[in-house]
Amino acid sequence: MAVIFQKTKGLTDCETHYCPGCTHGIVHRLVAECLEELGVLGKTVGVCPVGCAVMAYDYFNCDMVEAPHGRAPAVATGIKRVQPGNVVFTYQGDGDLAAIGTAETIHAATRGENITVIFINNAIYGMTGGQMAPTTLPGQVTQTTPYGRDTGYSGFPVKVCELLQNVDGVAFAERTAVNTVAHIRQAKAAIKKAFTCQLEGRGFSIVEVLSTCPTNWGMTPVEALGWVEEKMIPYYPLGNFADRDVHRKPEGENV
Amino acid sequence: MSQKYLMKGNEALAEAAIRAHCRHFFGYPITPQTEVAAYMAKRMPKIGGTYLQAESEVAAINMVLGAASAGARAMTSSSSPGISLKTEGISYIAASDLPALIINVMRGGPGLGGIQPSQSDYWQATRAPGHGDAQLLVYAPSSVQEMVDLVIRAFETGEKYRCPAMLLADGMLGQMMEPVSFPDEIALPASKPWALTGTGEKRRPNIINSLYLTPSQLEEIVRKRFERYELIKQNEVLWDSYRLEDAEYMVVAYGATARICKAAVEIAREMGVKAGLFRPVTLWPYPTSQLAECAKKVSRILCVEMSMGQMVDDVRLAVNGTCPVSFYGRTGGIVPTPEEIAQQITALAAAKA
Ligand SMILES: Cc1ncc(C[n+]2csc(CCOP(=O)(O)OP(=O)(O)O)c2C)c(N)n1
Ligand code: SF4
Repeated sequence: MAVIFQKTKGLTDCETHYCPGCTHGIVHRLVAECLEELGVLGKTVGVCPVGCAVMAYDYFNCDMVEAPHGRAPAVATGIKRVQPGNVVFTYQGDGDLAAIGTAETIHAATRGENITVIFINNAIYGMTGGQMAPTTLPGQVTQTTPYGRDTGYSGFPVKVCELLQNVDGVAFAERTAVNTVAHIRQAKAAIKKAFTCQLEGRGFSIVEVLSTCPTNWGMTPVEALGWVEEKMIPYYPLGNFADRDVHRKPEGENV
Repeated sequence: MSQKYLMKGNEALAEAAIRAHCRHFFGYPITPQTEVAAYMAKRMPKIGGTYLQAESEVAAINMVLGAASAGARAMTSSSSPGISLKTEGISYIAASDLPALIINVMRGGPGLGGIQPSQSDYWQATRAPGHGDAQLLVYAPSSVQEMVDLVIRAFETGEKYRCPAMLLADGMLGQMMEPVSFPDEIALPASKPWALTGTGEKRRPNIINSLYLTPSQLEEIVRKRFERYELIKQNEVLWDSYRLEDAEYMVVAYGATARICKAAVEIAREMGVKAGLFRPVTLWPYPTSQLAECAKKVSRILCVEMSMGQMVDDVRLAVNGTCPVSFYGRTGGIVPTPEEIAQQITALAAAKA
């Protein structure tokens, strides 16, 4: 019998702990498929965040390490400097990447660290039960913004791709979503480009994925997909923010 | 081994690390350890190594975590306020059973404190190098040569037991120049089958983590680690003594302070007081039974530190009431003089008489 579909070798057989309808699982699959299709699973080291994906080391079928909250880009830097020939990626939530780990993110980017960052923007702290994230939308109700995020009081959401666009070390930055089949296809293409960028030694690459948290948004999985379309995409426009080679040395720089 | 070099403590320890095959250094500038980083920045690119200036001590220690998990002999260096920031990473490194070397060239604290020599991070190093049930091998050199020897030993012992190690020095040792020699050959690190090198699709993935959500599993892991700590306590204690054979008064001191105490012992002896020195070289594991044994033969003990009294807790625990223990300390970056300490020793003798 002809095999017409099978699970990617990039994922283990371990059952994930994600809530029903959570899109973390889709992104895992896209990352794993890209690693398999690029033929680099055997030379990949992944770095887990602290957040809902903390146990991703059980799911990805490659060497994995768990970093302290927000420090994944620094941990990945250490690995990459030891093994420049390996593919090194981090998988991080918005609290991890854009709050506690902002410095690690920005500076890995400014160094043009040749790693790939998969950034899950679900506008909330999932793991700790739904508090305000740096990406929580204006007016969005969370456990710690019970009357809606008041930007005059709690400040504005962080737009990570827009921020990184102006950082010279960033070779590739793209914002995607996984709420529709078309968006999932685009997200996969972006993830593959990001890893390719790393394989070509072009510098820091990041793919932001607008993701759902039906549990803490208080929605059904289907409502959550709609909320991404109606609320998140208008605030966080999809598209490419950077695609360049940052490691071509400027004239006269002696290295 | 024969060739001698005149080197600053900070530079000697950096050179020792390089000769011990360390090729990955991650740092962040802070006085008085600056020369370590400067030396690494100069040397590493010439030998195919990595010197990377991180954005903070938090990032530097996490780069060490990453490099160590990839199997490298990795290190970082800082001074007191910077070490406070590294404690998060140190806890994770200990919990992930990774070897790594952390240098603390101590300065006066708390807070921003000062930049002069101090020993006020003893508690931090030996009691709470980060959150959780964890320990750190802690080596306290008292000469530039010992900086060299203990850096090599710290790497090797840390790898043997898979735990982080700290070299606890102070600004005085870091800045001091002395002749040193390096061993002719230092063994290459043993292979690390647990390291994250990529599976090559030939083995199951290696996982390095510190999360165990099932309490019984976490307890088991912590207990196993403490079994290794027991072995460390049995096998890795280092200490030294000076003129203790016939001593009636025992001074206990470590690091740079121990050098000054040695001179103080001489002065006291010239004044007719039979003094001797006990010098812990490992602060964890502490030479508890060795100190207890020595305490049986003296009538009084004086613990001297550049702090308000931290190691004195361990001295009292070791001595366990068998002999009175007094303390003398200077803090804030003030280095006590031999005369000052000799006076404390002779005062003890006078009080007893
Ligand atoms: C130093 C530290 N501070 C706080 C926490 C608690 N904590 C665990 S996960 C998390 C938020 C994670 O949110 P995010 O990065 O958005 O990922 P998500 O869970 O939404 O996927 C926090 C604050 C921690 N583990 N460590
Ligand atoms: S809490 Fe939210 S982000 Fe976390 S697994 Fe559940 S749905 Fe997904």
